[in-house]
Amino acid sequence: MALIKSALARAFERFEAIFIYAFGQRNNPFVLLGALGWYFYWIVAATGVYLYIFFDTGITDAYASVEYITNDQWYAAGVMRSLHRYASDALVVVVVLHMFREFAFDRLRGRRFFAWLTGIPLLAFIYLCGISGYWLVWDQLAQYIALATTEWLDALPLFGEPIANNFLNSKTLGGRFFTLMVFIHIFGPLFMLLLMWVHIQRHSEARVNPPRPLAAGTLAMLLVLSLVYPAVSQGPANLDVVPTELGLDWFYLAGYPLLEIVPGGQLWLYLIAAFTILAVLPWAPPADRVPAAIVNLDNCNGCSRCFDDCPFGAISMVARTDGQAYDVEPVVNVNQCTSCGICTGSCPTSTPFRRAGPLQPGIELPHMTIAALRDELVANGTANGREIHVVVFACDTSDSDALAADGATVIKLPCVGMLPPSFVDFALARHYADGIMITGCAEGDCQHRLGNEWTNERIARRRDPHLRQRVDDRRLSLTWLPSGATQRRRRALADFRDALAELDDE
Amino acid sequence: MNRVVQAILYGLFAVCVGYFSIAPTYRYADPHVAVIKLSLSHAAQRVKECVKLTPQQINERAVKGEPLNDCERERRPVSVELEIDGATALRLTALPSGLWGDGPASVYERLNIAAGPHTITARLRDSADEDGWDYEHTENVNLIPGRYFTITFRAETGGFAFR
Repeated sequence: MALIKSALARAFERFEAIFIYAFGQRNNPFVLLGALGWYFYWIVAATGVYLYIFFDTGITDAYASVEYITNDQWYAAGVMRSLHRYASDALVVVVVLHMFREFAFDRLRGRRFFAWLTGIPLLAFIYLCGISGYWLVWDQLAQYIALATTEWLDALPLFGEPIANNFLNSKTLGGRFFTLMVFIHIFGPLFMLLLMWVHIQRHSEARVNPPRPLAAGTLAMLLVLSLVYPAVSQGPANLDVVPTELGLDWFYLAGYPLLEIVPGGQLWLYLIAAFTILAVLPWAPPADRVPAAIVNLDNCNGCSRCFDDCPFGAISMVARTDGQAYDVEPVVNVNQCTSCGICTGSCPTSTPFRRAGPLQPGIELPHMTIAALRDELVANGTANGREIHVVVFACDTSDSDALAADGATVIKLPCVGMLPPSFVDFALARHYADGIMITGCAEGDCQHRLGNEWTNERIARRRDPHLRQRVDDRRLSLTWLPSGATQRRRRALADFRDALAELDDE
Repeated sequence: MNRVVQAILYGLFAVCVGYFSIAPTYRYADPHVAVIKLSLSHAAQRVKECVKLTPQQINERAVKGEPLNDCERERRPVSVELEIDGATALRLTALPSGLWGDGPASVYERLNIAAGPHTITARLRDSADEDGWDYEHTENVNLIPGRYFTITFRAETGGFAFR
C-alpha cells in the first residue's frame, strides 16, 4: 500500500509541476481540490435555482420546458443549463482527484479517518444528484437512464413488482417516478450540503473557497465552454422507441454500459465491494498510535493560542479546573489530535531561553518534548566545528536526509509548525548555528494542513508567538517544497549557505 | 504565474469536460433490431387449496372473530415460457414475493430480436399442473426495427397481451 501511495504521490507531484508553473503554488488547483469542489457545488446550486423557475416538473411537459430553456432563452437559462451541467461534471473531476490525492499523500489514516469516511457518502450523493438531474430532462438519454436504473434497482430484492414497469411503454408511463426524481434532485443537494459540512467538521479553517483569481478563471472557463458548446437535449423520450445512439455524460454514467454486460445483482456486489474497500482504506494498514498532545496546567495561562492554531479542531477551551486565576484551560480531544505538535509551536511558554525549572511548556507532545528539542539543538550546535553551520528544522514528510549528507544539522519535527520561533532566536543568539533553514511541505499543501502557513506568519511577526525583532532575517531561510523535491531542497540549502558566507564576509 | 500556460490549462480542462459530457457516443442498441419487453406480476394459485367450510363452521368462526376461510398463504411459483418462431427464447420460473411466499411473482425480461415477421407464443403456468400451461397466447407479429414490443399479462383480462 505504501508503494502505491508513494508512486501516486510522485505522479501527482510531477503532474502538478506544470500547474504550479502556471498558477503559482498558492493557486495550484491541486492543493485546492476541496475548495474547488465547494465552488462547483455553489455554481450548480445557483444555476439550479434559476433553472427551476422555468422547469415544468410534470413528465409530460418537462422536455418542452427544457427545450424552452435551451433554445428560446439560450442567452440566460440556456447558459445556466450549460453551467449547471459543466460545473456538475467538473465537480466529479475535482472530487475524484481530491480523493486520490488525499490517499496518495496518506491523509486518511489514524485520527484523520473522519473526513475520508464522511467523503464516501458524499461521493454517492454526487452521483445520485447528477443522475437524477439527467432524468429530469426527459429526453432519450433520460429514457435510457430511467430504464437502465430501474432495471438495475429491480435486481435488488426490494420491490414486489418491477419498478421498470413504470417505463414499459408510452401507455403505462406515469409521473410517480418522475416526481420522485424531482424530489431527489432538489433535496439530495440540500442533504449533500449537510454532509459537506460534516465532512469538514474536524478541520479548523477549512478552505471552502478557492482564491479569487482561480475562482474567476474557473468561472470564466465554464462560461466560455457554455457559450461555445451549450448543453442540449437528445430528442424527446418515447417509451415505444428504442434509443440507439446516446451521448453519455461519462463523468456520471460511465458505469451504465456495464449494465448491458454484467448482471445487475453482480454489479451491486461490485459497487458494495468498492465502497467497502474505500471505507477500510484508513486502516490499511492502521496508523501507528502516536500519543496525543498533553496539557501542563502549571505552565498554561489559557491564552487560547493552541486552540486557535490546531488544524484539526482537537483543542477546546473549558472552564479552569486547577484554581489558578485564569478563566479557561485547553483540553485535547485525543481522538482528533494528529500529534502534529503545532499547538506546541503556538505556546508562548515553549521557549528554550527559560532557565527556571524544567523546560515544560503549557502543551506539548509527550514523545517529542520541547526540552528534548532544545537538547538536540544544543548537542549538535556545540559539537559542530564546520565553517558555516546551518541547522535545518524539517518536517517528517520532507525528504531532508540529503541535507544532512550536505553537512547541515537536520532536526526533524512532525510538522514545522511545531517549531516555536524562539528556537530560531535561541540558536542564532547562542551561536548554535550560523543560519537556520526551516523546510516543509509546499505552501498550501501542508501535511498537517496549516503548519507552514502558521510558521510563515509567526516568522513574519504577524502571528503569535512572533519571532523577536532582533533576529537577523538574512540568517533565516524558509523553504516550502513538495516532499520529493530533494534536489531543489539541496539547492536551496546551498544558496542559503552562499548567502550566509557573503554575510560573514561583510 | 504564467497566464498563457494558465489559459492553455483552462482550455484543456474545458475541452475535457465538454467532450466527455456527451462523447464518445454509446451505442445502446442496434437500430435494426427490435426489443421485446416481457413484464408481468401475477399471484399464482395457492400451494394448498382452501378448505371449504360448512355454514356451521363459518358461523362458529364468525362468533369467535376468526378468519372465515381456511387457506394457507403460500403460493406456487409462476413459470413462463416465450417461444419465437418455434424456438424457445426464454424459460424461467419466478418465486412468489413476500416473507411467507404469498405475494405475486414478478418477471421482467428484455430480449433483442431481429426485426420483421415472427410468430410469438407466450405461456404461463401458475398451478400444480406440471405438464400443461394455464395460459397461452400465440400471435403473428411484425416487429419494427428500433421499437419496443411489450408482452404483459393480466389474469383478469384473460392472460397475455401483446403490444
